[in-house]
Amino acid sequence: MIHLTNIHKTYQGAQPLHVLKGIDLHIGKGEFVAIMGASGSGKSTLLNILGILDDYDEGEYRLDGTLIRNLSETRAADYRNRMIGFIFQSFNLIGFKDAMENVALPLFYQGVSRRKRNQLAMEYLEKVGLREWAHHLPNELSGGQKQRVAIARALITQPRIILADEPTGALDSKTSLEVMQLLKKLHEQGMTIIVVTHESGVAYQAEKIVHIKDGQIESIEVNDGSAHTPFGVDGVMK
Amino acid sequence: MFELLHEIQGTLRRNLMRTIATGFAVVSGLFLLIVLQGAGNGVIHSFQYNMGGFAFDAVHVFGGRTTKPWEGIKEGRLIQLDDRDLDMSRRHFPHQITSAIPTVNYEGVVASYAGHHINSTTMVGVYPEYAVSQAVEMLEGRFINNIDMTEKRKVCVMGNNSCKDLFKEAGSAIGKGVELGGILYTVVGVYKTNEMFSGSNFYVPYTTLCTIYNKGRFIDELTMNTHNIPTDSAMQLFINEYIRATSHIHSFDPTDDRALWIWNQAGDNIQMQRAMSILNKAFWILGLLTLLSGVVSVSNIMLISVKERTREFGIRRAIGARPWNIISMVVLESVVITAIFGYIGMLLGIFFCEWMDATVGNQVMDMGIFQARYFVDPTVDLHTCVQATIVIIVAGALAGFFPARKAVKVKAIDALRSA
Repeated sequence: MIHLTNIHKTYQGAQPLHVLKGIDLHIGKGEFVAIMGASGSGKSTLLNILGILDDYDEGEYRLDGTLIRNLSETRAADYRNRMIGFIFQSFNLIGFKDAMENVALPLFYQGVSRRKRNQLAMEYLEKVGLREWAHHLPNELSGGQKQRVAIARALITQPRIILADEPTGALDSKTSLEVMQLLKKLHEQGMTIIVVTHESGVAYQAEKIVHIKDGQIESIEVNDGSAHTPFGVDGVMK
Repeated sequence: MFELLHEIQGTLRRNLMRTIATGFAVVSGLFLLIVLQGAGNGVIHSFQYNMGGFAFDAVHVFGGRTTKPWEGIKEGRLIQLDDRDLDMSRRHFPHQITSAIPTVNYEGVVASYAGHHINSTTMVGVYPEYAVSQAVEMLEGRFINNIDMTEKRKVCVMGNNSCKDLFKEAGSAIGKGVELGGILYTVVGVYKTNEMFSGSNFYVPYTTLCTIYNKGRFIDELTMNTHNIPTDSAMQLFINEYIRATSHIHSFDPTDDRALWIWNQAGDNIQMQRAMSILNKAFWILGLLTLLSGVVSVSNIMLISVKERTREFGIRRAIGARPWNIISMVVLESVVITAIFGYIGMLLGIFFCEWMDATVGNQVMDMGIFQARYFVDPTVDLHTCVQATIVIIVAGALAGFFPARKAVKVKAIDALRSA
């Protein structure tokens, strides 16, 4: 599904910052991968490149067979819309739109009619258990609820991959657990999911953990589940 | 398009404060523009109204009294115009004078009808052309005609204000016999007297008056219509030339400006036209400045609004909004606001102008000897209103377009990160 070959990324500035120094990564369809690393390791940059929110300087990125390189902003927007579902640490819901409208918004940019997209939005809200909250504004929802709205929004276009950037970063451990269970359920249904995190409790929900250090892949660990019970040894996350 | 409008409607409704602030700028800008234009038009129209029934190209010449000695003749001599002046006027200034008509006056006449009297009116002996030359507005009947002239008929044309005084409730004046200076004249027409310069002259055929009062070849007033005199200085030059030409006929000092008495309506008109055009321009400048202030307010608010929404645009782009989607949304938002509120401002402005028209516009300043209106039809024609509204809508579209274009040039990820 995702093929990264020798990806380099340098932030230009007064002092150029070489963030990614040759990343090679292959993620198959239906995999659940966590990218772990300390802050400044380049994991967020990698995720942004995967999400076509940022471009790269060198190498090759193929998403589901399509070469993603030097796209116009319009093409990039279309790919993001149809292939990628984003889940952000800070939810990134639009404050003046209620839950249903937020979920339906990606379909607006596909030209789906209002009635159809609102109907679909209600279905997806139902899947994340927020049907009753459909007409609440984001600031009337708890953090966990907001993140579930964001997940519903990410799913509504039936994307090829879900990219989650610290999805539990702003949540307490109980709601973190709920959100991660939701992601796991999606994975069981065959969705390809990539989560960036620095929390091992979150990372070890995934099948594969990619450790990044100083812009390079340090190791790829296959999570066989023997070393870690869910959410650490004592079953408590954080 | 409909989907986009619905999306915008949601945004505008939920950001009501911002919508109203933008709208207020638009409403006040257009309202003030239209009201200012209306007021300006009111003043200009009142000029035109008070000057109604006036010939704007006329120059009247009367004989005066010399103030300078000339070629052995002492000052203080009366100048009496005669047919030589008429001849000269018709022949010497073919480029400036389009027509020259003589009139003779008989002043201090008592007009009476069935026991009602008007004292001290003036009988004016005129040619039929006088009506055209002096823009006499007929209300009833006809003016003096050629048959009146050749047959030296005793007919007269009188002003509507004299009609009121003379006939009271006796109905139409046409056909009635009015006694002027002891001689009976038949009324053949009624003209509209000007409220500001209410002349109560009785017009009779030139030939009739000359015959009855034995005027001979003398003329009391030369009425001329001029053209090709565009400026004040050209007018002054023409008048000087005219005095010089007349001075040869009557032997007076050509620099003696009291020998002839010249009532220069055409010259006054040049000045009035200039004053009106300055007034018109001033109101336009004021109006456009208010419109500009409205445009600036809209631009400011759109600029801030777009800046505020950078993150929202980032989110929209992350989930698949093309740059053009963002730009068209912002532009259309701006256009919708300016169109709706522009329309409201235009309507308010028009209603206010109509209100002014209904109140101040109908007030008449009565000065006893004349009446004047100082605010006539203070309204703006619909074209101007619509044009102003279109200007502010276009400005609104631009005010949305440029910040939005700038906003989408930022990388999506940077827009998302901004607070």
